Amino acid sequence: MSRIEGHLKALAARNRVALVPFVTAGDPNPDMTVPLMHGMVAAGADMIELGVPFSDPMADGPVIQRASERALQHHTSLRDVLGMVGRFREKDPVTPVILMGYLNPVEAMGYERFSREAAEAGVDGLLTVDLPPEEADDLVGALKQRALDPIFLLAPTSTGKRIERICETASGYVYYVSVKGITGSANLAIGEVTRKVEAIRALTGLPVGVGFGIKDPQSAQAIARISDAVIVGSALIRRIEERLETPETIVPAVAELLAGMRSAMDSI
Amino acid sequence: MFVSETLMEPLDELRQAYEKFMVDEAFLAELDRDLADYVGRPSPLYHAQRLSQEAGGAQIFLKREDLNHTGAHKINNTIGQALLARRMGKTRIIAETGAGQHGVATATVAARLGLECVVYMGEVDIARQEANVYRMRMLGASVVSVTSGSRTLKDALNEAMRDWVTNVDDTFYIIGTVAGPHPYPAMVRDFQTVIGRESREQILRQAGRLPDALVACVGGGSNAIGLFHPFLNDTEVAIYGVEAAGEGLESGRHAAPLCAGKSGVLHGNRTYLMQDEDGQIIETHSVSAGLDYPGVGPEHAWLRESGRASYVAATDEEALAAFHTLTRSEGIIPALESSHAISYAMKLAAQMDPEKIILVNLSGRGDKDMHTVAALEGIAL
Repeated sequence: MSRIEGHLKALAARNRVALVPFVTAGDPNPDMTVPLMHGMVAAGADMIELGVPFSDPMADGPVIQRASERALQHHTSLRDVLGMVGRFREKDPVTPVILMGYLNPVEAMGYERFSREAAEAGVDGLLTVDLPPEEADDLVGALKQRALDPIFLLAPTSTGKRIERICETASGYVYYVSVKGITGSANLAIGEVTRKVEAIRALTGLPVGVGFGIKDPQSAQAIARISDAVIVGSALIRRIEERLETPETIVPAVAELLAGMRSAMDSI
Repeated sequence: MFVSETLMEPLDELRQAYEKFMVDEAFLAELDRDLADYVGRPSPLYHAQRLSQEAGGAQIFLKREDLNHTGAHKINNTIGQALLARRMGKTRIIAETGAGQHGVATATVAARLGLECVVYMGEVDIARQEANVYRMRMLGASVVSVTSGSRTLKDALNEAMRDWVTNVDDTFYIIGTVAGPHPYPAMVRDFQTVIGRESREQILRQAGRLPDALVACVGGGSNAIGLFHPFLNDTEVAIYGVEAAGEGLESGRHAAPLCAGKSGVLHGNRTYLMQDEDGQIIETHSVSAGLDYPGVGPEHAWLRESGRASYVAATDEEALAAFHTLTRSEGIIPALESSHAISYAMKLAAQMDPEKIILVNLSGRGDKDMHTVAALEGIAL
């Protein structure tokens, strides 16, 4: 069992659903990322998804696109992101960190080299949103050699056959995309999400995280009732974006939203 | 294919529909009828004698895709995909566009079939191509300004993908080039091979033999693959794709991923890309907006690697010179995209004997480029 899966199962044994914030590395600037990661853990985050900026984030809505653009204005590269994880690990050896992004920067670095350097930096898993399992053999092989978890998305459009296939390749957890659409999209249809998550659970023993469309303590609580991990991204990044002129207020503002979600989730 | 999970099933549904209808006689008859009566096919193959003389070597034949309805080869594909959309029961059409030619060709067929149409276009391109934006709106399409990234064609494609992933139940995405995830590169190629099939018949009829070389410009590469594909097994026919060298390959300001890019993954396929060492896609440059794309169809990458086709590049300056030469020697004003092919064909012709034949795809007409060319000459229209 990988560090991520072990961590999630240990939380589940304590009846705690994981709170998983997503922020883009290098947004609003590279110096803020490590303090932000520590601040999020202090506010109740159990794992962190760290976005690797990409010039063409096809699966993301405007909020995360702009985060990527701000990070790229500072030329935040995949190597820089690994450096940030390394610095985060100096003070936090425990909280799992998953890199999330698009395939091309990983491919440009090379699968072997990425896997080696990511493992050395203390990364636990990788989610490349534009890499379905059909194309993933080489990358998954390289990741597994370094004990990194390949994380995959499941969508409302995924058939039972695809869910089985994806869960065979995935480890750590699977990430259910709760809406048809892009990150930061409209409202959750909680009934539909519940049915789909139940269908996924019938097909795999992997922990199931749910993301897309979770923006406040209420939606976090609703998703916590049915999942093992609640993933929140755009709502946090919106808080960052609103405070570009006063960067010192960013960590407290992000922490405040997470703490609200944490206590809503814990009061189930 | 390289897309997010949400699109895997819709793409499979599209693949199944495409495979079914490409062998469906009623569908193919409807397509042929539209290509003849609405687009105006077959387009002529024209022996450009004065241009050949000017080049001073081989005989140059032009495949006149510029004479199609809407002025370019783009409509061959939009007709096909729109008919497919209707068969699949989709009521809403979306498209991306750079220069606006594919957007206009999509808005045109959407108007004809009575389908809702939304075209995504980069903010920068909207400013450069006002006339086409107006044409699309007249045709009833909504043109959405894309303000993310470099605000050009690649970002318009990203935005169209985002729309599709959100509205996949009732929406058909008409991609304009041989890029995107499977089945798009194959499907767009199949709708464009009418260019090569006609050319092959026409040159056999006119010259009594196959050409010695084919030349076409390559942005995403749809007009080129449409010409090349029916000749791939004719190994005596040399094949040249001409990319946009912009200000020169050594300047870095170009749009020539096959000549000077490297392999990577973008927009659902693995191909050659203009990218930096961190794997970020970089901005391209070409005087012709239709070639201003950082990737290229995966089949061209394969043809390059297999050695069946050669890929070369023409600069902005060379394309402009060819634009004027063709205009004055033949009375045909080519699109700036096609001018890249004309430029290389003239260079190639000069090294060949007069009994040799070069067949060039004149993929579009230059009316849309009047403002660009005039501005470069310091003339305000």
